[in-house]
Amino acid sequence: MMINNSLSAQTGQISELRQGMMASLPIFIGYIPVAVTFGLLAKSTGVTLIEAFLFSALVFAGASQFMALQLIQFGVSPMQIVTVTFIMNFRHFLMSSYLSTIFPINDRSWLPLISFGVTDESFAYFSTQKQNRRSHFIMGLQYSAYVSWVGGTVIGYLFGAIIPRTLQASMGMALYALFIALLIPEAKKSLPATIIAIIGGLVHSLLTWFKFFSTGWNIIIAILVAAGIGALLMDEEKEECL
Amino acid sequence: MNTILLIVGMMSVTFLPRYLPFIAFSRLKPPRLIKRLLRFIPYAALGALILPGATMAVPGYPWAAIAGVVAAIVCSWFRKEIILTVLFSVAATFLVLYFSGY
Repeated sequence: MMINNSLSAQTGQISELRQGMMASLPIFIGYIPVAVTFGLLAKSTGVTLIEAFLFSALVFAGASQFMALQLIQFGVSPMQIVTVTFIMNFRHFLMSSYLSTIFPINDRSWLPLISFGVTDESFAYFSTQKQNRRSHFIMGLQYSAYVSWVGGTVIGYLFGAIIPRTLQASMGMALYALFIALLIPEAKKSLPATIIAIIGGLVHSLLTWFKFFSTGWNIIIAILVAAGIGALLMDEEKEECL
Repeated sequence: MNTILLIVGMMSVTFLPRYLPFIAFSRLKPPRLIKRLLRFIPYAALGALILPGATMAVPGYPWAAIAGVVAAIVCSWFRKEIILTVLFSVAATFLVLYFSGY
């Protein structure tokens, strides 16, 4: 009986894992052109294949990896690059804080893996898709995206631009389309959600346009301002419809 | 060797902000005010992730990017399959790029 139970629990987890992997297809596709570009850029910067692989496998944060390549070329010190990386990726602190309120964190054993897999894209997915937030579904989604990111890096390093140029450029749109596809259904349901998203986008655009802060700070401040306005202005009642 | 150290450093400062909130909030409940703020993070973040980035997704070809954005909005308005929106948006961007002689 005990064995039966744990067996069925295991098949349940495997099917969740598989569902998560299926759900990650848009992210999987979206990561490929970016990862391939990272791989070939790493090669042209003089980074070895192993190092390029480790960048993607251990850091797993696109924008900061590109930034690191650029700073390496400029001869900036590793200490400074690490500091910039910290600021650039600190937005994930906000995202993880939110996710910790919706993920099943009672089961602590998977937390290191789940939190390592937090990216803009997986965050966007889980914060809007409410139907499946079980540990194995989460990891299925996060780690197929991971395979795409790391695999794409190696492919880009070894084979260069395998995707035709125009298609490669168009595929740069994929991740934005993903964010839009996740936002629109929420926006249709809730006016406050729409307003907050627009504020977030506008504040981020203004800060970026006027170069108020560095890239990392801009998005953190934009998110905090928009979420803060939401928290201040929306009363509890309206909040319920979010 | 220097690069490996750099990667390990970058990994640490990237992983910790991703990990610490889970540890903190699995032990203590966030205060009410913080919780209120957190509820709005998804929409605020999605907005900030889309703008201004989406309009500059194809450097030098803003119209191709805008076509992609419009296609994504229209498609996701009517269909809930995310993958469909992604493909539709990429296709729209591709067409504009193709006809602008990219």
